[in-house]
Amino acid sequence: MRNVYKCGAALIGAALLLTACGGGSDDTAAADPNAKVELTWWHNAPDDPLKSYWQTLADEYTAKHPNVTFKVEPIQNEQIQTKITVALQSNNPPDIFQQWGGGDLATQVESGKVQDVTAATKDAVAAIGGSAAGWQVDGKQYGIPFSVGLVGFWYRTDLFKQAGIDAAPTTIEELNAAVTKLKAAKIQPISVGSKDKWPDAFYWGQFATRECGQSVLQKATKDIDFSDPCFLKAGQDLQTFLATQPFQNGFLGTPAQTGAGSASGLLANGKAAMELQGHWETGVVGGLTADKKQLGDKLGWFPFPTVPGGAGAPDAGFGGGDGFSCSVKAPPACADFLNFVLDVENQKKFGALNVGLPLTKGSETSVADPSLKTLLDFRNSASFVQLYFDKALPTSVGQALNDEIANMFAGKSTPEKILKAVSDAAANQ
Amino acid sequence: MTSPSTTSTASRPVSGRRGRPRSSVRKRVEIGLFLAPAILLYLGFVVVPMLMAVFYSGFKWNGLEPLNNFVGLDNYQRALSDPVFRGAIWHNLVFILLSLVIQLPIGLGLALLVNRKMRGRSALRMILFAPYVLSEVVTAVAWLLILQPDGPVDVLMQKVGLGHYVQLWLADGNLVLYTLFVVITWKYIGFAIILFLAGLQGVPRELSEAASIDGAGPWQVTRHITLPLLGPTIRIWVFLSIIGSLQLFDLIWIMTLGGPANASNTMVTYIVQRGFQRSQFGYGSAVAVILFVISFAFALVYQRFVLRRDTEGATTRMVG
Repeated sequence: MRNVYKCGAALIGAALLLTACGGGSDDTAAADPNAKVELTWWHNAPDDPLKSYWQTLADEYTAKHPNVTFKVEPIQNEQIQTKITVALQSNNPPDIFQQWGGGDLATQVESGKVQDVTAATKDAVAAIGGSAAGWQVDGKQYGIPFSVGLVGFWYRTDLFKQAGIDAAPTTIEELNAAVTKLKAAKIQPISVGSKDKWPDAFYWGQFATRECGQSVLQKATKDIDFSDPCFLKAGQDLQTFLATQPFQNGFLGTPAQTGAGSASGLLANGKAAMELQGHWETGVVGGLTADKKQLGDKLGWFPFPTVPGGAGAPDAGFGGGDGFSCSVKAPPACADFLNFVLDVENQKKFGALNVGLPLTKGSETSVADPSLKTLLDFRNSASFVQLYFDKALPTSVGQALNDEIANMFAGKSTPEKILKAVSDAAANQ
Repeated sequence: MTSPSTTSTASRPVSGRRGRPRSSVRKRVEIGLFLAPAILLYLGFVVVPMLMAVFYSGFKWNGLEPLNNFVGLDNYQRALSDPVFRGAIWHNLVFILLSLVIQLPIGLGLALLVNRKMRGRSALRMILFAPYVLSEVVTAVAWLLILQPDGPVDVLMQKVGLGHYVQLWLADGNLVLYTLFVVITWKYIGFAIILFLAGLQGVPRELSEAASIDGAGPWQVTRHITLPLLGPTIRIWVFLSIIGSLQLFDLIWIMTLGGPANASNTMVTYIVQRGFQRSQFGYGSAVAVILFVISFAFALVYQRFVLRRDTEGATTRMVG
């Protein structure tokens, strides 16, 4: 009988959860700007410091606009992704919700669930530059990012010095030369966490960003058509690069971030000189050193090198980030609040939390770490930021792409097969 | 099983005539009351989800959009023609075969060993059984550390002069399946031993003593007395082992995520990759149904042809 009671309790719990999900604001958009409105806000930060920061931001906005109140609901990151999609189909979607842009956003926009905020956020978007592109569909702004980071090579300045490498590589030849020098100095050149597959996908994505121009990339991800020859070249570049065997012994079984034996752990403990990773790397590496301290100026950052004859701009970035969208029936206060999130003072406070990289011009000063600063400078002058391909494409296609790239790392694929995996997955979508 | 008449006699009132139907109604109500929760749970959490999976498997569905893209058997056709899925089925078969060929003799041998009277017997039994008590997650994480490049296994092999034979245990696509099988054996051999030990307790000592008196050596006693009498236990173990091999997931997921390059995918890791990670719930359901059909068909055939003589009278023939 005990099981029965337990189950009954579980059922009641589930029912409560369902009713809890049903709550929300009413969707009558107020025409009068001073009418009382309550904004429901779903974000993915159930932990401090970000949780308190968002609450403070909401309170400050209410202090300035007393007619606008907030119902803030922090939801754990893995759950919020499915909850948002389900809620958007209901009659009671949250007014403001977490938005990662790319393929997910495009799907939501296609089904008419997201508000066009192009006009309302024009000035704020102008102040954040190229990073806003990931939150646009057909040239219209359907949300704003508040933190965007880039993928790039994180390297040990001490090991580079030891191997006699004076400057960070800027071309693929220089990178290959650095790999040779490191090998000669008996230092493991690059670590990669191929067990998790997504670190492999960074390499292909970066080569594609170097081989293909902005318009080609944007058209390809939109139409899911990778037939432009530059994508084949990206795969060939990757194959050539893999043939130089720059990675640690047994990298196919190495996880990306868990434990001292992981790819980031090897970098943290000086057992590898470089790793291609996202902007979160400083924090991850800091947690994997023996004394749990960040590496400070022992860690450097340089953008992915250029390839000879590549059509991609050398200052094009590859990465992704976090943002917010307004649902289609949200009151005008929602879009105005997005501007408030991007306010330079608020972005400075956000930057000081060290949980992301603020975007608004003038807020860079809040980031202290030397390697992160290099990354930030590159991002701010980037002509364009290509969103991670697995985010930019629909989920099923993006994962198929990652899987096939991982196969290439295992020596079981070809540049052609990678493109075929994409078109097959697109056909089966 | 108690026959209905014994219970009703006990509870039958003296007058008798109206007692019998009333007590049988009461009995039915009682049975219903006791069974209802279990049946409801079974229906709700086993049968209904299973039927839903069959239903979903006919659609191309990302889990969130409306169910309106009916594709018939397309998902099944796609799965069965996918070399990655066929590879996953093959890996399950390899695990089944290796279990039967390697785990069965080892388990039997160790069970016979710790069944003998000797010093440190309980300690040995404990040690052999301990891994089975560990959760799969703990086992997987521990072995990940042990098997990592330059980890304890590699160092030990170098120390004893076997450095030449050190391999990339989990990163070599040709080897990973066998590495995983060693870990699985390490974890599950304790279960085989405990099952066989229990079975051995049911082998009457008189028989082997009588055989010995008649001049049978230890091998002959084992071969002609112990093993045949252990038959039902072995057959049950084989059944559980095969079903377990078909459903392998946790350990492999943590240790390799089915990699490198799908070399250690099983049917269930494939379901998670294609169903959940790629958000193709219709397709994932189809693969789940295929796994169900394989397991169910095997279970039926095995029950019908192998376990029947062991369970005859208990489950196959209902009397009354």
